[in-house]
Amino acid sequence: MARAVTPRRKLITTIAAWAVALIIFFPVLWMILTSFKTEASAVANPPEFLSADWTLENYAEVWARSDYPRFFWNSVVISVGSTLLGLLVAVPSAWAMAFVPGKKTKDLLMWMLSTKMMPAVAVMIPLYLLFQRLGLIDTKIGLVFALMLMNLPIIIWMLYTYFKEIPGEILEASRMDGASLWGEIVHVLTPMALPGIASTMLLNIILAWNEAFWTIVLTTTKAAPLSAFIASFSAPQGLFYAKLSAASAMAIMPILILGWFSQKQLVRGLTFGAVK
Amino acid sequence: MTKTLRALMGATALFTLSGAAMAETTITVATVNNGDMVRMQGLMDDFNAKHPDIKVEWVTLEENVLRQNVTTDIATGGGQYDVITIGTYEVPIWGKQGWLESLNDLPAEYDVDDLLPAIRGGLTVDGNLMAAPFYGESSMVMYRKDLMEAAGLTMPDAPTWADIETAAKAMTDKSKEQYGICLRGKAGWGENMAFLTAMSNSFGARWFDEKWVPQFDQPEWKATLDFYLNLMNNYGPPGASNNGFNENLTLFQQGKCGMWIDATVAASFVTGKDSTVADKVGFALAPDNGLGKRGNWLWAWSLAIPASSDAKDAAKVFIDWATNKDYLALVASKEGWANVPPGTRTSLYANEEYAKVPFAKMTLDSINSADPTAPTVKPVPYVGVQFVAIPEFAGIATTVGETFSAALAGQKTADEALAEAQTFVTDEMKAAGYIQ
Repeated sequence: MARAVTPRRKLITTIAAWAVALIIFFPVLWMILTSFKTEASAVANPPEFLSADWTLENYAEVWARSDYPRFFWNSVVISVGSTLLGLLVAVPSAWAMAFVPGKKTKDLLMWMLSTKMMPAVAVMIPLYLLFQRLGLIDTKIGLVFALMLMNLPIIIWMLYTYFKEIPGEILEASRMDGASLWGEIVHVLTPMALPGIASTMLLNIILAWNEAFWTIVLTTTKAAPLSAFIASFSAPQGLFYAKLSAASAMAIMPILILGWFSQKQLVRGLTFGAVK
Repeated sequence: MTKTLRALMGATALFTLSGAAMAETTITVATVNNGDMVRMQGLMDDFNAKHPDIKVEWVTLEENVLRQNVTTDIATGGGQYDVITIGTYEVPIWGKQGWLESLNDLPAEYDVDDLLPAIRGGLTVDGNLMAAPFYGESSMVMYRKDLMEAAGLTMPDAPTWADIETAAKAMTDKSKEQYGICLRGKAGWGENMAFLTAMSNSFGARWFDEKWVPQFDQPEWKATLDFYLNLMNNYGPPGASNNGFNENLTLFQQGKCGMWIDATVAASFVTGKDSTVADKVGFALAPDNGLGKRGNWLWAWSLAIPASSDAKDAAKVFIDWATNKDYLALVASKEGWANVPPGTRTSLYANEEYAKVPFAKMTLDSINSADPTAPTVKPVPYVGVQFVAIPEFAGIATTVGETFSAALAGQKTADEALAEAQTFVTDEMKAAGYIQ
């Protein structure tokens, strides 16, 4: 039986939710604030909040010193490309695992997930050599493939979870009505799993956008995305926190906006099947 | 063949030839984000005007990321970079591996003999210049003249460690958050271990004896670490085990350090616009203990060409432009003498205008007093002042740095830290085959 939500309980829950949200968001907020301070103000001790010297100089300098639109476009192509390619591979795979499972399906799923537990640096040299031989270093297509493979276990796992929620009888009925395999996946399964597919897509775009190991290792100039753009503003000697914060804010802003507008979809997808 | 046809063929040939003459070579330059490198990127109009046939693309990365990417590329012969920015630690190792293109054939006007001997020596492998210095640095004492005066003390140009301790004690007033000395404590081979290795040289210590046996169990290292910990615990800022170059720079600029012993390039920062003590800073050589070696290091960010580059000629043209005398004059004309990349050429220090820069002489004296080929009081089998130029050093020194940083944080004693360092380094050197 559900407990009654008293106003007091609602207030406590709301305060707790805001507190947790603020704690989680605080580093991002501090970064954004720092991006509007002078370098001296950014490292002041004790930290300056209201007394800081506010300026737009960091954004102007970061914009002037690098080709932001190029980095941005590369990020868009790489994250969207790798996600779409991943879905293309993952939808049939997850369908097979969810509706035509074999004896080893669970083991296969666990094995796929275990590849995510391996430190990326362990395969850096082999993958770098492979990319080099194939002429894929510093190419967007190379990164699309690399990130697709990196995120494929997560895409398949998420889709598998969503597909498992769909009654197999519906697919069976479509087969009895004469639907082909292609028709079953495209016209029956996909529309029903659309919320799940959409949230998988969004989450993987975010993961690919934020990826900062392979995107830096496998690129130099032409295909470098926003992760490389941020890395260029860290300095071994001299103050750089304000400019680095400005560069970081410029890099995360597009994905932050995307996440903001699609949060309902994202939450719906992520909690899909959580309550039965 | 008709006249028209011949004319057409001639025009086509001319067009093709002119196209070949104008063919553009693109070179990729990998570099770190520091003031001098950023300034160079801002002056590229000069290079582009002089060399319209060479297009330069920049890859700017954080120092450790750059090192990782360039090492991966160069070790696998990738050829992604045509010019790389590397330090004096990498040059001897990579040069010996055959990973770098020799720069012996730079044009005569480059005047290689004008390079500061200590810097040139650090970039030469088996008699071949393997990298051209873009800027060089040593370390020195930066101190607050006003606090010294208030304490009734005078900083000698060439102080001893005893002088430093006396001054640190006199300038410390913890109630005002004013600390006598700020030194690196953050763990890392390029952080606390750069300072401590250079400091240990002046105490007569060394990383290895002539047979590569680690020396952390010797009294010289104990004297070094005891002195450092005593100095920092009594007169240093709180939380010093987290402080590297940038943290100490901030403390000094905010007037919280009486002295700071660190890179000579810091001089322009502590006297710059962000510093609250800009007009109160004096400079002195790094301290010694009367053993003939000072506690200063030697470093140069240099430009080199990977052997795997397919645009070596264009890369050499770029390196020549970026590191020759004309470039120094170009920076001086656009940004003033104080902003010229320091520490590479003798002629710069002979220039009357540059001599007016307050830290110019002390920078030169500091660089000249460091000798990477004979860095220690006792003989050693390695090259390098604040590092040991072997591939294993970065990993080993980072672990030792963590141990010493923990000692500074009070998590272990000096004796425990030294014993751990000795055991760890001995094991690593055995595993690497240097000792049995």
